[in-house]
Amino acid sequence: MSESADRIPASLRTEALEQLLTERGLVDPKVLDTIITTYETYVGPLNGAKVVAKAWTDPSYRRWLLDDGTAAIRELGYLGVQTEHVVVVENSATSHHVVVCTLCSCYPWQLLGLPPSWYKSPVYRARIVREPREVLSEMGLELADDVQITVHDSTSEVRWLVLPERPAGTENLSEEQLVPLITREAMVGVAKVDAR
Amino acid sequence: MFSEAWEGRAFALALLSNRLAKWNLDAFRHALERLSPTDYLDDGYFGRWLNGAELILTESAILAPEAIEARARNLRGEQTREPSNPLPVSLDYAPSAEGSLRTVDAQPAFAVGERVRAKDISRPGHSRLPRYVRSHVGVVDLVQPASVLPDTNAHFEGENPQYVYTVRFDSRDLWGADAEPFALTIELFESYLEKAA
Repeated sequence: MSESADRIPASLRTEALEQLLTERGLVDPKVLDTIITTYETYVGPLNGAKVVAKAWTDPSYRRWLLDDGTAAIRELGYLGVQTEHVVVVENSATSHHVVVCTLCSCYPWQLLGLPPSWYKSPVYRARIVREPREVLSEMGLELADDVQITVHDSTSEVRWLVLPERPAGTENLSEEQLVPLITREAMVGVAKVDAR
Repeated sequence: MFSEAWEGRAFALALLSNRLAKWNLDAFRHALERLSPTDYLDDGYFGRWLNGAELILTESAILAPEAIEARARNLRGEQTREPSNPLPVSLDYAPSAEGSLRTVDAQPAFAVGERVRAKDISRPGHSRLPRYVRSHVGVVDLVQPASVLPDTNAHFEGENPQYVYTVRFDSRDLWGADAEPFALTIELFESYLEKAA
């Protein structure tokens, strides 16, 4: 690849690659479109939010989720590529969990979609395992000194999902009404859920 | 999700390229690790996938080196001669099952609560043993299902399925007495670990 100043834009090289593979029949453009649509439409943080909302409103599901996250998530149909085995950890007033992959950007695709840019950034990957309280504070999450922090570096095919704390003031909301409050940031552990 | 249309296409093309070459997930990750700093960083996350796809396709002799560059130049109106297609190399390596999880007959070598040390393994090639835990002692928190070993699977040298352990480290053991107090867990493959006194 050219290292020169006239480096060809990635968009143009992507178009070139697609042409080269499709004209030889190696890639079917319809398959390509299906993959893109899948990740734009069906695979995203809404899936994880449904898991969390169910756990918040169904005590027996919550216990199952924390005890055997993989089985409880399989029940809702959210296992698959990049989400083969899941461990769920619960954030509370005294204990806070946050997830990273220091080696690349491993992330539970089926539950949260493709990772956001901050999760993939070399800075987040390097610093959250060294000074999580400081990094979380810079990201807008201030934790009291007595809150125990656990950082999960997900370097294998085990995926971690954070079950955020249910915010006060949401006692009367239904499972369906809770879902839109739950953000991917809260399910990675860099934010809390707001009652809004 | 994809902030520009090409990003989604690069993402999907990379997945399909890996499949086309009959490579596996570990080999794909290793391809991204082998990119030059420019190719890893300059085009963003999905540019990294595009450049990884190019590396996979050229190493598999599905595309000639410079094929993408030449086509891209022609797409923007230059008159560049495109290389002919190379003779494909066939890869005699196939996964024993879908995904990464496997069952093994052996019992786990380490138990929950046991103190273990991450070995100081440093060899060329792919590994999932980060430098910052090497030689440090932690405690087994969870025994996870057995999984293919990325170190050999990425190089098509065998799956070597083995147990994975969630090991808990104290931040001060990793970073020194002045570190923020916190716990860190990380998944480590059985062959990365040894018993600690």
